[in-house]
Amino acid sequence: MSDALLLFDLLLALAVVAIAAAALLVRDAFAMIVLFVVFGLLSALAWVRLAAPDVALAEAAIGTGLTGALLLKTLHHLRARGMAGWQPGAVAQRPVPRAVAWLNAGLALAVMAGLGVAILGSPLRVTGLEIAVAEAMPLSGVENPVTAVLLNFRAYDTLMEVVVLLSAVIVVWQIERGAGPAPAPSLGPVWQGFARLTLPAAALVGVYVLWAGAEAPGGAFQGGAMLAAIGLMMLLTGLYRPHPDHRGLARLLFVLGTVAFAATALLVAGGGRASFEYPPSYAKTLILLIEALVTISIAVTLTALFHGREPVALKGDLRHDP
Amino acid sequence: MTPDLIYGAAGLAVFGIGLWGAIALQDRMRRLLGLKLCSVGAGFVLIVGAWREPPAAPDPMPHALVITGIVVMLSATAAALALIRRLHDLEDADDRP
Repeated sequence: MSDALLLFDLLLALAVVAIAAAALLVRDAFAMIVLFVVFGLLSALAWVRLAAPDVALAEAAIGTGLTGALLLKTLHHLRARGMAGWQPGAVAQRPVPRAVAWLNAGLALAVMAGLGVAILGSPLRVTGLEIAVAEAMPLSGVENPVTAVLLNFRAYDTLMEVVVLLSAVIVVWQIERGAGPAPAPSLGPVWQGFARLTLPAAALVGVYVLWAGAEAPGGAFQGGAMLAAIGLMMLLTGLYRPHPDHRGLARLLFVLGTVAFAATALLVAGGGRASFEYPPSYAKTLILLIEALVTISIAVTLTALFHGREPVALKGDLRHDP
Repeated sequence: MTPDLIYGAAGLAVFGIGLWGAIALQDRMRRLLGLKLCSVGAGFVLIVGAWREPPAAPDPMPHALVITGIVVMLSATAAALALIRRLHDLEDADDRP
């Protein structure tokens, strides 16, 4: 490895750690979120350096982009409800005794040291499961090993992951049930033009990332997140307004991925095969079919998570009026 | 010095910073952000564990685990933020005369 790359790694690692600390310590809540987004993108860059482009895509799109959007939406909500210049910690809080603060820091340090000892104690760069995965790759139906693990070898985990996402939208709708009309953030008319130009491109990129996931970095979660960005843009520009009548369709789309995934797992079972044991000749078709339907579910679910409250008709709720 | 050692140490530090934030800070959004930092730190450690000296390919299994973790963390974040918004609304209503 060349010295220039080593220097790059060192600087990037330092920046990641420094920005993580700055995001927690900075006073302004908006600056906190911006620093968090920068932190997430730099982490994704570091993961590219560690030869994990699939994970980097997921972290950039879901862990940073959509999480950042959710944080900004919540900050907007808190500021619109409370005073205009609301800052976290602006509400009266009891000062923490110095001893407790030191204890907290010491505890965090102790856990971190324990983790460090565990990492240093574990054998580095030994062979893990990559040989087993490489040997089974011809049976998986796809060429990208990460997609093969996610959608074939460890498909149970991914099914549960889709269920977790489904539960999240149920939880969010339940928590905010009966809450007053939320202040809807909206962008000006200039953004509508911008949205018309960028949305087709975003749709193309999202579908490409989904399709490419079979042989290159990408897949259902990364593609779904990019399609969800379209949903966010449509909500923000007012191109789409959630309406109580749309809830039936939304619920259908939330469960579509889970149902298709579980149904495929059960349908391929039988004739000596276990659930999720796709016949190798149909594996690629089945995986792409599951991924396509899961992508639709992910995109709709993530958009709903951004919107927050279930679009129910409330008295005095002017948001659904034209 | 190899990338796995450098980023392993960085991941460890990010995990520690996040854990400190989650237990020591008072503001709810910052605590949540601390937990998110913990999850990214854990992701760093897993990806470092999967890294192999080039030209050998990395172990894809931890990569799949981290992708699952990212989606689960987003779900948890969305639920936590909904709780934060609701709590804030309820406190706001309490404060009004």
